[in-house]
Amino acid sequence: MARVLLQVPATARRGEVIEIRALIQHPMETGFRPDASGVVAPRDIIRRFVCTWDGETVFSAELHPAIAANPYLSFTALATASGTLEFAWTGDNGFAQTETRRVTVTE
Amino acid sequence: MASRRAILAATPGLLAVALARPAGASPEAMRQAMREFLGPDAPVPRPGRVRLELPPLVENGNAVPLSVSVESPMTATDRVRSIAVFTERNPLPGVITAQLGPRAGAARFATRIRLATSQQIVAVAVMGDGSVWSDSAQVVVTLAACVES
Repeated sequence: MARVLLQVPATARRGEVIEIRALIQHPMETGFRPDASGVVAPRDIIRRFVCTWDGETVFSAELHPAIAANPYLSFTALATASGTLEFAWTGDNGFAQTETRRVTVTE
Repeated sequence: MASRRAILAATPGLLAVALARPAGASPEAMRQAMREFLGPDAPVPRPGRVRLELPPLVENGNAVPLSVSVESPMTATDRVRSIAVFTERNPLPGVITAQLGPRAGAARFATRIRLATSQQIVAVAVMGDGSVWSDSAQVVVTLAACVES
């Protein structure tokens, strides 16, 4: 399991736009980089990231090799009702990881 | 007969050119990738509404902070559908393609990217009404990504 850093506010007021920051440990090997012996390392990247709020997509992205190692993404979500945020990363070589965070929405 | 000899003599050179092309993106490759992302019927991106922010001078191309924000009320009907970022001279033109749902609340995101050399970066946003807007930024890179370590 790759290490994940997630910054999600635990509580939010209804109608508030909350800032979410997600970082996952991953080398994001581009497939263009030769190693010390001159052999080009095969591509190994995270291809897709999806964030859902109670199953409804908030933000999703396709990542290319031009994304730096340990992909970091910050984006926003509209707090309408308390629920569970699910973060899913999928990539080359069967990479898949999911994290969840609960957000309580107050009046 | 001379023409056949000329063609044969020129073949390795032509092959080398043809094989060398895909190794690096070019402004044409970037435009091609943009067309693939937008689809055949999309209008030509107009400058405006999109704000692409990158440092103008980068010391290390391995992790360059990038942020994109788009002017939009982000209501269920009037919102940004997707945002894509392209580079002119990276090995591949595509950087990231993001889709925003009605729950996004605001049309902005940030990430860190790799830059192979000094070049122009373009962000394109597709609105709910089908209009396409763009912004570009010129970045000078002193230490390139993809070369070593």
